[in-house]
Amino acid sequence: MTKPHLELTGVEMAFDTPKGSFVALDNINLKIKKGEFVSLIGHSGCGKSTVLNIVAGLLQASKGGCILDGHEINAPGPERAVVFQNHALMPWLTVYENVDLAVQQVFRKAMTKQERRSWIHHNLELVNMAHAANKRPGEISGGMAQRVGIARALAMKPSVLLMDEPFGALDALTRAHLQDSLMSIQQDLNNTVIMITHDVDEAVLLSDRIIMMTNGPAAAVGEDLAINLERPRNRVTLADDPTYVHYRQEVLKFLYEKQRKLENIAPHRNKKATGTTSKHSALTAKT
Amino acid sequence: MSTLLNPSSETRLRGGLKVLTDRFSVAELAQASKQLLLPMVGILIFLGVWHLAAPQVNTSLGTFPGPVQVWEQSGQLWQEHLNQRERADKFVTMQEERNARILAEDPNAKVRIRGYPGAPTFLDQVVTSLVTVMAGFLLATAIAVPLGIVLGLNRHLQAAINPLIQIFKPVSPLAWLPLVTMVVSATYVSDDPMFEKSFLTSMITVTLCSLWPTLINTGVGVAAVNPDLLNVSRVLQLSFWTHVRKVVLPSSIPIIFTGLRVSLGIAWMVLIAAEMLAQSPGLGKFVWDEFQNGSSQSLSRIMAAVLAIGFIGFVLDRIMLVIQKKIAWNE
Ligand SMILES: Nc1ncnc2c1ncn2[C@@H]1O[C@H](COP(=O)(O)OP(=O)(O)OP(=O)(O)O)[C@@H](O)[C@H]1O
Ligand SMILES: [Mg+2]
Repeated sequence: MTKPHLELTGVEMAFDTPKGSFVALDNINLKIKKGEFVSLIGHSGCGKSTVLNIVAGLLQASKGGCILDGHEINAPGPERAVVFQNHALMPWLTVYENVDLAVQQVFRKAMTKQERRSWIHHNLELVNMAHAANKRPGEISGGMAQRVGIARALAMKPSVLLMDEPFGALDALTRAHLQDSLMSIQQDLNNTVIMITHDVDEAVLLSDRIIMMTNGPAAAVGEDLAINLERPRNRVTLADDPTYVHYRQEVLKFLYEKQRKLENIAPHRNKKATGTTSKHSALTAKT
Repeated sequence: MSTLLNPSSETRLRGGLKVLTDRFSVAELAQASKQLLLPMVGILIFLGVWHLAAPQVNTSLGTFPGPVQVWEQSGQLWQEHLNQRERADKFVTMQEERNARILAEDPNAKVRIRGYPGAPTFLDQVVTSLVTVMAGFLLATAIAVPLGIVLGLNRHLQAAINPLIQIFKPVSPLAWLPLVTMVVSATYVSDDPMFEKSFLTSMITVTLCSLWPTLINTGVGVAAVNPDLLNVSRVLQLSFWTHVRKVVLPSSIPIIFTGLRVSLGIAWMVLIAAEMLAQSPGLGKFVWDEFQNGSSQSLSRIMAAVLAIGFIGFVLDRIMLVIQKKIAWNE
């Protein structure tokens, strides 16, 4: 605990635009433990993807930095696998070949050809996509492609798994199924996960911590909510669990109040619960 | 079809095609007619107009040839080719027999083997042209694709080279030819040349004129790779070569092929002009020689060559299309 696994310190991100510098992130500080499941939630355009890209090494912070296991992150690498917001599969490769590209790159030396093949099939089965192994991304639905993107990331055995709205494009049933798989996979492998989501239920169900970001520009961490729910978690029994409901309302309150007044987001405790039904719980604002 | 035929003629057509409609659905038939029938109709109309209009045009070499004369001359050209082949075969066997006799008398004697000295026929010229255009096109591809990749990957280089491309792209083959001829004569000096100088001149001219579409398209395709895929490549830490081979090239293959097809079309057009002007063997020279000949059949023979040139160009493009469908992932 004295030495965090992943640490962001004073991260500021300014983009050069034709109209001058645009400060997207201002002084983001985060400490994440090994094996922790962290969700990033916030309104569209607040800078969630930017945070993720900085951890991935795809973007370089203008100020401050990011340290993983004692090493500063300056470049991308396969130990920080990314599930991209829109699957990012190579359209000319089949589902199998897409995963194979990653597996070959990471385990060329560690695995034999046969081992690699069964490892790829294992990962495709995890996301229920083994049946479409020989299809091209153009021949499968967006949700299926997204699942392959997840399989590709998992197949790299990353120590940190970075996911940009991985389930956003999925229907409710598939989403529930994948959330459950992700929970059990993550418990088995104990990898650190940072997941961006717009879905409050998803955030509470999956996360150990929810990082709520303030609206941009110059977004920062608004609230940092620890979710202390027993694992394994069951979505059906949790639905009426008072702690679960409380957490959900905390998140909704943050987002709801933020949406109304941009300035005053002091963590004032108002016991009166905001009357929301589950219908409103999923924010559908997306780019 | 229904837009072309009035209802009564359509029913008559249906009746006439009763046997066919029993086998194929109407949709299939409509499809087939669109693909085969209409082009046939177009060609027939063209032949008819040509046949009627040709006798009206009088030149110093007689009237302009109609389809019938051109068809006859095509047969004639084919026959000439067969005759020439026969003579060449005879020449070779006679030479072999003579050499065998000489060797039988004196096993150490030096025998000479000479090629048949007869003039190339129309078909020989076609083959020469095809070889030249392929050589020029392949050289252009070998230059344009790698260079295009480098330009597409490096924005600074692209900015530096772009004006040069824009200036050289519109240059006509006729302008290049004298320069290429002089440079080839001056630099390609060898006692036992592997290639004819005229071949090199035409080939290099073809290359210079045809590489631009491929170069531009490759550059554009490489620069336009989806940024998400570039990020995947970075996360996987693909080496430069793997990145080019597995991400950049496959991603830009469709647009590269579009460029290659344009390039091949240009290569074929340029080649004919270059051969005419440079007097190097090939279809262009055939046309020019017939023109200089000025016999009563010359126009028919030139017209036959024109049609052959067009048809070969069409076939070349089709071949590229087939290769593209085999290779490109978006087809
Ligand atoms: N390359 C860039 N250049 C300029 N501005 C950028 C760039 N990338 C992101 N931004 C800006 O930074 C802000 C944060 O963008 P980001 O993509 O991180 O938002 P987000 O929270 O992921 O949104 P969403 O939930 O819609 O995906 C936005 O206002 C965006 O316009
Ligand atoms: Mg985003």
